[in-house]
Amino acid sequence: MKAMGNSFRAWLYREGNAYAFLAPYAILFILFIVVPVIAAVLLSFTYFDTIQFPQFIGLRNYITLLTQDDIFMKYVLPNTIEFAVIVGPGGYMLAFLLAWMLAQLPRLPRTILALILYSPSMTSSVTMAVVWQTLFSGDQNGYLNSYLLNLGLIQETIQWLQSPQYLMPIMIVVTLWSSMGVGFLAMLAGILDINPELYEAAAIDGMSSRWQEIFYITIPSMKPQMLFGAVMAIVGTFQAGAIGVALSGSNPTPQYAGQLIVNHIEDYGFLRYEMGYAAAISVVLLLMVLFFTRLANRLFRSEEER
Amino acid sequence: MRGRRFRLYSLRSSGINPSGFHPSQIPFYLILAPLVAFMLLPIIFIFSTAFKPLEELFAYPPRFFVVNPTLKNFRDLLSLMSISDVPVTRYLFNSIVVTLASMVASLFISSAAAYALSKKRFRLKQTLFAVNTVALMFVPIAVTIPRFLIIAKTGLIDSFLVHILPGLAMPVGVFLLKQFMDTVPNEVIEAAQIDGASDLQIYWRIILPMVRPALATMAILTFQATWNNADTSALYINIESLKTFAFYLSTLSATTAGANLVAGQGMAAAAALIMFLPNLIIFIFLQSQVMSTMSHSGLKG
Repeated sequence: MKAMGNSFRAWLYREGNAYAFLAPYAILFILFIVVPVIAAVLLSFTYFDTIQFPQFIGLRNYITLLTQDDIFMKYVLPNTIEFAVIVGPGGYMLAFLLAWMLAQLPRLPRTILALILYSPSMTSSVTMAVVWQTLFSGDQNGYLNSYLLNLGLIQETIQWLQSPQYLMPIMIVVTLWSSMGVGFLAMLAGILDINPELYEAAAIDGMSSRWQEIFYITIPSMKPQMLFGAVMAIVGTFQAGAIGVALSGSNPTPQYAGQLIVNHIEDYGFLRYEMGYAAAISVVLLLMVLFFTRLANRLFRSEEER
Repeated sequence: MRGRRFRLYSLRSSGINPSGFHPSQIPFYLILAPLVAFMLLPIIFIFSTAFKPLEELFAYPPRFFVVNPTLKNFRDLLSLMSISDVPVTRYLFNSIVVTLASMVASLFISSAAAYALSKKRFRLKQTLFAVNTVALMFVPIAVTIPRFLIIAKTGLIDSFLVHILPGLAMPVGVFLLKQFMDTVPNEVIEAAQIDGASDLQIYWRIILPMVRPALATMAILTFQATWNNADTSALYINIESLKTFAFYLSTLSATTAGANLVAGQGMAAAAALIMFLPNLIIFIFLQSQVMSTMSHSGLKG
């Protein structure tokens, strides 16, 4: 007993301070990240209507999701994949190319242009919805309609945000617009930090084209930043899911055209109070993020870690 | 050696991070110009619309740029009352208090955790940092519902703290701070330890001053996350006078100033501008610090 007390005291002396510094963050981290994730997993195996205690029903939520939820299979999943593939890898490649081009410019113009490209990511999608609704307004007073009518490109006004065929493209453009965030800055810093002697050595070895430089020097030299950027892009893509509802002003979106997995969760969780089912959809979303991050990990794993 | 390097530079004509203008940069300007213009357009639109007088908002065909700028939209907005008699200035006040409190709290909490993960020695160090790294891919929106249940259980509903506490668990911030602290040489800390400095003194007097760029970045990220956050007010706050400006703005789009109500557009744009400008100003001041933090943002797979 005494020995145990001593070893505890020794441990406290050795490591106590470290845990004291960690504690405030660790408590919040556990409370608002770890516990919610575990709770989501547990709830996903139950029927829970927020009034009665959750009832264990095994895998039934998942089975329903995969076999009976027509809206999920017909609209939500294809929409989410379309949105995620274009905004995720598309936005990511765009961010890299923009960062790379910016790195070819002197400091002052580079800083100004980077600021302009980054600034949309400082706006919040919910508040920007007001602005987009004005620009894409469905009557002839809407800016886009008015310009297109003037140019004679369309004959009558288009209900941009209410028509299923236009909602998704607009969501994608709007999200790409605001996606040059932290990951973009990280990649820009990464490109600028590459030792110029690497390029010189390559030039001596006869490497002549810019594309060769990108694939054989730039990207391999900044894999850690590429990976950080990729993770930020993946998270940002799935986090941006509320944009369809914000633009069209309704959940569900018109004919489910802009319905993404995040909206589906809200639909079941907060509109129908089927918390267990909503939790199952959340778990599927978390698994999707995990899967894509794994994929990015494969692509940009640093050499020395292998 | 220097002369040789200089010659090679001129041989390649230009490259990464050039010191001045060179004709070979022209194609990049030409490609970037339209993209940058596209990115800038909505922001110019906010500025322009926010200062439009009523007759220009109603003008047909609509004009993109303002002709006779006026502050009327801002005056109208600030004197406006929400449906439940809460003045707009109250929302703005809440936002400012919540944002400042979050920034101060997150700077301390995250940097303390990063200090432990970077400079202290303890058995679980690698594991805990790995857990934080995995949490980088955490998507808060996915666990809205369990989070809601937990916040309801802890009695945080309708309390001011709910605006602040959940946002303090910010894995990206701890990650960036820790990576930056890794660049502080251990010798500096060892020297201080020999002089008898305590952990708290080392953290406060040595580490924090040396990682200022990362702290600035952390401050910006917290600012953006808190200032732009409308969800907290929508989900966890039922008392109108405790909600934030971002939330108020999101109700503008849904109700009074919807796309069809032209008069509201000016006020909505003015509000969007009030939301956006502080972000922009802070970032302009701190951008060089952010860039030096981002140099250390690398993630080893």
